[in-house]
Amino acid sequence: MSYKPTLPANDFTLYGETFSSRFLLGTALYASPQLMRDSIVRSRAEIVTLGLRRQNPADRSGDAIWQFIQESGCRLLPNTAGCKSVKEAVTLAEMSREIFDTDWIKLEVVGDDYNLQPDPFGLVEASGILIKKGFKVLPYCTDDLILCKRLLDVGCQVLMPWGAPIGTGQGLLNRYNLHTLRERIRDIPMIIDAGLGAPSQAAEAMEMGFDGILLNTAVAKAHNPPLMAEAFADAIDAGRKAYSAGLMQKRQTASPSTPTIGQPFWHQQ
Amino acid sequence: MINISLNNEPQTIADKILLSEALSQWGLEGTKIAVAINGEFVPRSTYGERRLEAGDLIDIVKPVGGG
Repeated sequence: MSYKPTLPANDFTLYGETFSSRFLLGTALYASPQLMRDSIVRSRAEIVTLGLRRQNPADRSGDAIWQFIQESGCRLLPNTAGCKSVKEAVTLAEMSREIFDTDWIKLEVVGDDYNLQPDPFGLVEASGILIKKGFKVLPYCTDDLILCKRLLDVGCQVLMPWGAPIGTGQGLLNRYNLHTLRERIRDIPMIIDAGLGAPSQAAEAMEMGFDGILLNTAVAKAHNPPLMAEAFADAIDAGRKAYSAGLMQKRQTASPSTPTIGQPFWHQQ
Repeated sequence: MINISLNNEPQTIADKILLSEALSQWGLEGTKIAVAINGEFVPRSTYGERRLEAGDLIDIVKPVGGG
């Protein structure tokens, strides 16, 4: 009898769209467009992020990336990376909506150049403006509970708290905050976005009950990006299964797993 | 002729030229781009109405890989 493992049936639904993969992959930093394409395939991702930058008419180098992204059939999640003000982020979101023909936006408002930490005040303000304009906002935010609640107040239906600053590969830096977020915000999809460096970290986030993982650098900068993409996909699936299965409680003292009754070589003195 | 900025590069172009005509001159007509002027989004449907003026700061963007 063959056993076919399946993931728990509960859906991963973002703004009314349901996905079978909980892995969202970025499309920047790959050594070649082909490596990006192969990484998307091996990641099993159904959503990819991408951006907008100034166009030099003579430079066609980005064309292959765009062509491969389109061919992937993935849902597009354009970002407002690099925007430092509400106005910049709103304008870039409007440009993204037109060019990609989607009202989904990964909203980034950068508050500091050193760690690219999201500006919480700008993020809430820009989210409110964009939601009023009909956007479906997926905000890249910190793990601050009150910020996340304010984002929900203005109408965000998905949250994307950081694991660590973008591109650092440091993993889940503030487990207390992340646990608290999950504890206090139960029924809103939350995706850990940025800062992960290893599949084990992604698995841990999923074991904590987060709904999905978004990353880019950890795959793009691996020696073998497509293989790393698959490793993350497997880890995310494993973490989700573990969460659904229910982890055991930790305890301080050892407890034998093999029965103690019938232990040989023990004789009453 | 007027001076404008195109993606932070100085450019000289005919006074009161339509954005649609300017895009054509720059070889961008019909390509996958989006435009903002002076920090404001300019919808594609208005390219044929918008006239460029001296000092306009024009941003033209295209898709790139992103995280």
